Amino acid sequence: MAIDREQLLHVAHLARLELREDELERLEVQLNDILTAVSKVSELDLSDVPPTSHPLDVVNVWAEDEPHVSLSVEEALANAPERDGSMFRVPPAGS
Amino acid sequence: MIDTLRLTAEQAHRLLAAGEVTSDELFAAYLDAIGARDDELHCYLHVCEQDGGAGIPIAVKDVIGTKGIPTTAGSRILEGYIPVYDATVVSRIRARGLRILGKTNTDEFAMGSSTENSGFGPTRNPWDPSRVPGGSGGGSAAAVSAGLAPWALGSDTGGSIKQPSALCGNVGLRPTYGTVSRYGIVAFASSLDQIGPVARTVRDCAFLYSVIAGRDPCDSTTVELPHPVELPEREDLNGIRIGVPHELNEAEGIEPGVHEAVQRAIDRCRELGAEVGECRLPLSVEYGMPCYYLIAPAEASSNLARYDGVRYGFRAQDASDRLEMYERTRDEGFGDEPKRRIMVGTYALSAGYYDAYYGQAQKVRTVIKREHDAAFERFDALVSPTSPTVAFPLGSRTSDPLAMYLSDLLTIPSCMAGLPGLNIPCGLSQRLPVGLQLVGPQFGENTLFRIGHALERALGFDGVPERLR
Repeated sequence: MAIDREQLLHVAHLARLELREDELERLEVQLNDILTAVSKVSELDLSDVPPTSHPLDVVNVWAEDEPHVSLSVEEALANAPERDGSMFRVPPAGS
Repeated sequence: MIDTLRLTAEQAHRLLAAGEVTSDELFAAYLDAIGARDDELHCYLHVCEQDGGAGIPIAVKDVIGTKGIPTTAGSRILEGYIPVYDATVVSRIRARGLRILGKTNTDEFAMGSSTENSGFGPTRNPWDPSRVPGGSGGGSAAAVSAGLAPWALGSDTGGSIKQPSALCGNVGLRPTYGTVSRYGIVAFASSLDQIGPVARTVRDCAFLYSVIAGRDPCDSTTVELPHPVELPEREDLNGIRIGVPHELNEAEGIEPGVHEAVQRAIDRCRELGAEVGECRLPLSVEYGMPCYYLIAPAEASSNLARYDGVRYGFRAQDASDRLEMYERTRDEGFGDEPKRRIMVGTYALSAGYYDAYYGQAQKVRTVIKREHDAAFERFDALVSPTSPTVAFPLGSRTSDPLAMYLSDLLTIPSCMAGLPGLNIPCGLSQRLPVGLQLVGPQFGENTLFRIGHALERALGFDGVPERLR
């Protein structure tokens, strides 16, 4: 299953990555190599096999709904690239 | 005079308890060693000039969050990030008085097998600085082997504890999935990530595991250990059944010197009283790699969505709108390997491809688990090389992602099944360490420690790199 330039740009947009032209050229080749290698999983007929999403047989872990101390506003904002009072500041939404 | 190259944590504990050395003197001895050797090796991304506690020093992989101490996961996108809380494993080591020496180098977001993908430059192998220490936890493994820490914490998704321990000649445990909390670590692939110890001896490794293991209410995937950790003492293997999976021992690409060293160790297991027999894991080895390189990137693409320049870490400057800020922050902040994996993962999860890729890979995972379950009906542990090769030269696999991915061929299958794996050094090939991998059933750590300890005693491997003796 080959991935072409148009799909590559679509996936990059989904992943919010602005890739430069030289990166796109390299990735087009590498991604196709990787996808060819991983497509090997489709050789197996596993229609009767259930998927494993988690290796342990653990289900329904519940926590009591109790209030507890969490991060203060100052702690939560301590690493913010830019802040405005008690909020994270970001550039405006585009058109 | 403290010889940091040979001192084990157990010996350090005895010296402290007897009052023969103070915690401050111990800490200072490791800082001196770091000062003397880390310019060349680059094990540490950050060194703590001081740290609270009255116990033994420890190094912590930089994917593990440490309150007040920079944590980058080897990525420029987290440059300057200082966590405001400790990971649970850090709270646990601190509660035992352990003192953090610093944060160790890693492939960016733990994605890699050589530590060359670090955004801050590679770590070098203490046995031969022209070679890699393995990865992603090359910093922790190299630090322990070079006497820059008595022990360390690492993290393992597809081999990032075991493979660097193999290439650096020390002991590393990837614990059973769910036995160690992931709260406060930088997530890579959440259904696979596990924190574990790196140490100079199996007993130190077992002790450190006992400190960090157990249920944590902050990580709902954790469970309590069904039985307490036992520090191994016995030096025989009577009554132990060891399986030798054909495909893990005869895989194409295993170097002859690695094969021979492991076979000699298997012979020693027999001499120590173990019952040794061959078994097979045909689909696990053939399909483990493709399965891993779908599931891990898919989960990574989701986990790495949080690096958007809004709440912490790097933000690209002068973007005219928010979308441009996101896209440029991620392009400038991530290195090549995270970008590759984000792209593979996003593609594999995108509409129309989910069933063929991620869904199918999860079914392969069931197959791998069943094959291992069947093997453990006959055996207490499985043995093989950890890495197909000894440490390879820097730069030799960086241009070919698939060649780098093959470094983890032998560690990946058991990771997919959530099983514990222990690396111990078993000899030299080309004057470089060879690692032996012991894999157990879920919660089978005590058996791995028992076998590892008995073999360690019988083999008498000197873990101090020849050039540093």
